[in-house]
This record gives sequence, structure tokens and C-alpha cells, in this order.
Amino acid sequence: MLSRTADHLYWMARYTERAENTVRMLDVSYRMSMLPRANGDDHANWRAILDISELSDAYVRTGRPLSPRDVIEFVLLDRDNLSSVWNCLRAARENAHAVRGKLTGEMWETTNATWLEIRDLTPEGLQDMDLGAFFEWVKFRSHLLRGVTVGTMFHDDAFQFARLGTFLERADNTARLLDVKFHALMPAGEDTHGATDYYQWGSLLRSVSAFETYRQVYRDVITPHKVAELLMLNHAMPRSLHACLDEIVDILGQVANSRSCETIRKAGALHASLHYGSMDDIFAVGLHQSLEKFLACINKLGDRISNDFLMPMAVA
Amino acid sequence: MSEVTKTGATPYDEMYTADGAVRPHYRPYAQWLEEVPRALIERKRSEADIAFHRVGITFNVYGAEGGKERLIPFDLLPRIIPGHEWSELERGLAQRVRALNAFLADIYHDQEILRAGRIPADQILSNAQFRPEMKGVKVPGGLYSMIAGIDLVRAAGADGSGEFFVLEDNLRVPSGVSYMLENRKMMMRLFPDLFSRYHVQPVEHYPDLLLETLRAVAPAGVVDPTVVVLTPGAYNSAYFEHSFLAQQMGVELVEGQDMFVQDDVLYMRTTQGPRRVDVIYRRIDDDFLDPLAFRADSMLGVPGLMRAYQAGHVTLANAVGTGVADDKSIYPYVPEMVRFYLGEEPVLNNVPTWMLREKDDLAYVLEHLPELVVKEVHGAGGYGMLVGPASTRAEIEDFRQRILAAPEKYIAQPTLSLSSCPTFVEAGIAPRHIDLRPFVLSGGKQVRMVPGGLTRVALKEGSLVVNSSQGGGTKDTWVVD
Repeated sequence: MLSRTADHLYWMARYTERAENTVRMLDVSYRMSMLPRANGDDHANWRAILDISELSDAYVRTGRPLSPRDVIEFVLLDRDNLSSVWNCLRAARENAHAVRGKLTGEMWETTNATWLEIRDLTPEGLQDMDLGAFFEWVKFRSHLLRGVTVGTMFHDDAFQFARLGTFLERADNTARLLDVKFHALMPAGEDTHGATDYYQWGSLLRSVSAFETYRQVYRDVITPHKVAELLMLNHAMPRSLHACLDEIVDILGQVANSRSCETIRKAGALHASLHYGSMDDIFAVGLHQSLEKFLACINKLGDRISNDFLMPMAVA
Repeated sequence: MSEVTKTGATPYDEMYTADGAVRPHYRPYAQWLEEVPRALIERKRSEADIAFHRVGITFNVYGAEGGKERLIPFDLLPRIIPGHEWSELERGLAQRVRALNAFLADIYHDQEILRAGRIPADQILSNAQFRPEMKGVKVPGGLYSMIAGIDLVRAAGADGSGEFFVLEDNLRVPSGVSYMLENRKMMMRLFPDLFSRYHVQPVEHYPDLLLETLRAVAPAGVVDPTVVVLTPGAYNSAYFEHSFLAQQMGVELVEGQDMFVQDDVLYMRTTQGPRRVDVIYRRIDDDFLDPLAFRADSMLGVPGLMRAYQAGHVTLANAVGTGVADDKSIYPYVPEMVRFYLGEEPVLNNVPTWMLREKDDLAYVLEHLPELVVKEVHGAGGYGMLVGPASTRAEIEDFRQRILAAPEKYIAQPTLSLSSCPTFVEAGIAPRHIDLRPFVLSGGKQVRMVPGGLTRVALKEGSLVVNSSQGGGTKDTWVVD
């Protein structure tokens, strides 16, 4: 297939996944801010949201106060914030538009309808909406596109590149979420217990739809160590780093070409570190350090995939 | 001038005779229309709007708010053509396109028609659309315009009959076929019961015919040719159609940046490395094909493409240089081409045309501007024309000056009273002017087309301009047995 076509499919999927994960993060912070007592000041919570997406500097430049309303508006709808959900869904639709002939009718209609619905949404309009319902809507539009893709698209290389985009983005997003939440929730490495853990870590689990799974897997109280294990190493947890790497390695094996050996090797090595890794090893190095290293690897992997298969990234 | 084209004649109506009776081929429709409640049709109309929007069948309008996407209005009332009329049209269209292709082959090789004095040589050789780069270039099957869109109009005769005339040949990159296909799909979805009352000849196999046509003109010796559709990109006004056709044919939709030329061979960049391309159905103009051969600032083409083409390593459909045959200044000679190359009398007539490069014609036209249509010979899409009866005195005077400055740039025709067809409008159903663009495919030895084509309708009352960029709409076109 055409490299440019693969590129558009890959980014269509990445942007959709990014929009979904962004509202997952917003959703959890929004819920936590409604708890009777939040951990320390509420600001840290909202700053964390911006940190996750490396948007703090951009946010400060807008001169907005660090209020929930303002942060939510910025992350959801800001036209100048290229990572806003609005911009992600626009970019997903533009990528789809560029290759609409390669999409099934349902895929195109899903992406296009999503965009048409959010296109004219303004901050004023947002104020009249039930935020929780809006978050759900974004999540379900992403579910729908993914489901329609799996359920209607011919499973050829085009399909594989769309899937590759989904899992690369998800691996990145889950790692960021964990990293920032650990920072925000355990500022000085102090250990907290009891009710705080339950609510704070519980809401993190909920944000990745893993609360019930946690109970099922551990049958135990919620501890940070186990939350990290579930989201990093458990291959059956669909949003875990391990699960994402399972998919990525599998897909790279299927689309391999004469240039991609080194990319496949690097992905395999990263996969092995999760497949054979233990939380003790990870905490020995430091969770933050481990996640930072993981994010750097994913980032490089993305560049390599672009150079081997897609449209090469412009050299800065 | 022919009797049939007098200004002010009562237009021929496709559905009703002059005394108001329903024509036989519209009777089952008229009956159906009486049976269904108007509210149902209204509902169907909004259903169609929503569906077209969701599918994204849109049209980018040049110059309108940064090329915003817009729906082309779709009218629910079909244009119906009786089978026997279509057979005649089909014969005439095939004949005309054969002659035009023969003309192009001749012009770029032996130029016999010029030597025979049937067309003034300077008309061709000094025409900006004549491409010297094509002289002596062998093209597969000797075919130049594999995909032609021939615009037909019907005008009322003095006796009330309606005759079809060719208004314009489109031999470069004619568009609109996707609307023909989507309109049919929509009509079948909205009004399945209507299709049980009529035997409507199918058009859905057009993409198949197109693919077969493109494969038939692959470079000699290529067994299983790789065909692609070349688009200027997602912001082009006809992008929907480009991607639609590529998808329907199951071939790649490429942009210039997806391809490169090495040793006069064309390749596209794929996830599995370079892959050779044999046939390009190109939807960009000659000027933009290759920055090394034509416009150097073009980002849309492929450097070196023209050399690969001249070497016979890749086929372009349509060929480079077809514009010399559909130029409005050449149009008056097409009937002569039919006689010269085929030794036949034209089945389809031209609209009578004054060539303003001729002194007598110019004098006549300047005297009769308010009743004529004047067209720029290189204009397209309804831009750069004067519709005398619909223009103010100031507009006419302005145009007069433009003509006087360069008369050779213009032709003039009588204001045809285009046939009308009942159309759903705000106030109910009213007649609106229509034309017809059948799509004629030439590949190998065959000239083929699907029955009908795209009917365009001028939605403004009294307007004769049917172009989609000028507020025109479309109708489904039925050829019925």
C-alpha cells in the first residue's frame, strides 16, 4: 500500500486514541475534584493534567487561572492547543478524509460524524452540557471507530497500520498517566494508606476502566505498587504497556519490509523488558525513571516506524 | 441559423407536451406522484440531505470562504429518457468521440486534416492547448481521450419536437460521474417502489468499465498493469470523486508526492518499497503534471513524468494535449472531423456557432449581443461568459469591450432555450432548465458508456447556467425501456 495512505491511517488512529485518553484523564480529575476532600490543594490535580500532555507552559502563556473550568476548556476545546480534544478529532477526520477511499463507509461516516458534532462546540456551549456525559461521548466515539475498524475493514496492511497507531498512542498515554499520577499522588515518595489510596488510586484505575479488573486480579486493597503492576506488566489488561507492546510487535512482524529489521528488534527488546520484567526491578530503578525511559523508547519507535513505512518525519 | 434555436421559443419540457399532456415515458411517474403525499416527499428530501452530508458527498467551491465544502443540491424528480432516444444518442456520442480521438492522433502525427485544408492550420498550431511535446509520441491504441464527457442540451423545434445538440466536448478531465452514481444509489434507497414501475437501465457498473478501459490502454507488453488515480489532493473541488473512483476500482489514489521517476520509469512509494506504475488516470491538468516539462512551480505533479510518458513506460489517461480538441475555438470543426475521419454524417449536431475571429461573424454578434451567449474559448465551468438576455446593459457593454480587445478569444451562440424538467423547488414543482453529460469510455477497440449520464439542473428560475460551481443541482437520469 501507499506509504502516505498508511501514514494517514496511522495518524487517524493515533489522534482518535489520544482524544479518548485525554478525556479519560480529565474525567478522573473532574471526579476527584468533586470528592469531599481532595488530596492537598486541588491545583496540583489540574496541573498534573497539563503536565501529562506537556501543556503546562502553553497554558501559562494563555494567562488563564488554574481553575477546573478553565483547564477543562483548554484541554477539550482550545483551538490553539494542538493537543486539545477538538484538534485531535479534527486531525483524525482530516487524516481520514485524505484516505477516505481506503476506509469502509462506516469508518468514514463515524469519523466524519464525530467531527461534525464537535466542530461547532464553543466554551459557552460546553457550559450548558453535562461534562460527564460529554466525556462519555468522546470515549464512545473512539470505541465506535475502533470497533467499526475491526468489524468492517479488510484485515490487510492498511488495517495493521491503523491498529499500530492505536497501540503506540495508547502505550504512550498509559505511561504518561501513570507517571504523572505517581508524581502528583506521592509527591515525596511518602506512603499513604487507607481511604486516600482507595479514592486516589481507585480513580486512576477507573480512568483506564480497570477498577473491577483490579479487584478481580488481586482481591486485595488498592496499593500503588499493584496499580502500577496492572497497568505496566499485565498482558491481559488491554490498556497496559505490556498489552500494547504485544500488539505492536505482532503488527510489525506482519508488515515487515526490507528496511524494518532494526525497528522490529528494538520493539522486541522493549517488549521483552515488560514480558520478563518485575515490579521489584522497576521500583529498584525508580518508577519515574523507568517510565521516562519507556516513553523515550516509544517515541523513538514512532520515529523509526515513520521512517521505515510511512512518511519520514521532517528532520528538525 | 437553424430554426430550432430561436430565442424566446417555448422550451421543450421533458415531462409535458406543449399542450400540457404527460409524455408517455413519464406517465407511470406522474401517476406515482399523484398517489404519494407531498409530506412523504418532503421527508425523503431531508433524508437525502442528511445522507449526502454524512457520506460527505461534497463539492469544494473555488473562492468561497476558503474552499468550503458544500453539498450539490440533489433534486428528487428524475430525468427520464426513453430507450429509443438513448440508442440514437449513444450512436452519436460514440461516433463523435471516435472522430475526436482520430483528430488528436492525426494532429500529433501526420496532420492530414490540416494539409487537406479542412481546418485552418494556425487554428491548431498556434493554439495554447496544442502541446508540441506530444508530436510523434505513440500512445497505446492511438487513443487520447479515453474518458470523455460530452455535454448535450435539448432545444425545442418549431414543431414542438426536441433535438439534442452537443454544447461542449470535455476531453481533458471531465468530472461528475460520481454524482451520477451516487444519485442513482440515493434514488433507489429513497424510492424503491418507483424502480418497480420502471425498467431503469443500470449505471452502477461504470467503475468496472472504467477499470477495463484503463487496463486496456496499458503500455504494450504489460500483462497485469498497475493502475492508479492521480489527484491534486483533498482540497480539490472534485476530491470526493477521485477517491470514490479509486475505491470503486480498487486501485490506489495517489498524489504527486507519492511517486517518483527513475531511469524514465515511474514508481510509487509503498510500505513495501517502490512499486512500478503502468497507467495513471490523472485528474490534474496538463500544466501541473511535471514541473520539469510544464509549470515549474507545480507541487502536484511528478518530476520526470513526461519523459517516462514519452518513452512509453507509462500511460496517461487522458493523454497530454487533448485540450486542443475540446477548445471552444475548435468545436465548430467537429462535424467536419466526423466526415473527414469516419466518412459519415454526424448523428449529433453542434449548436450553431459564430467564430468572432471571422469578420462577418463578429459584426453580426456585436449587433445582437443582448440575445446571444458569448463564451471565452478557453473558459470553463460557466466562468467568463455572457448570457445576453440575462445581463444588464452595463454588463453587455463591458463584455463588448472585452470582445473588441481580443475577438479571437470568443465564440457566440444563440441563446438556446434549453429543455426543462419539472423540479422540486420552494413553491412546489416547477420547470427548470437541464443539460446532460454522458461519460464516454474508449479503450482498445471499443467505445462504451453507461446509459444516461449526469443531468445538471439550473435551480434558479429562468437560469441557463447549470454548472455546480454556479448554483446548479443534479438529477438522477433514467434511461427506460
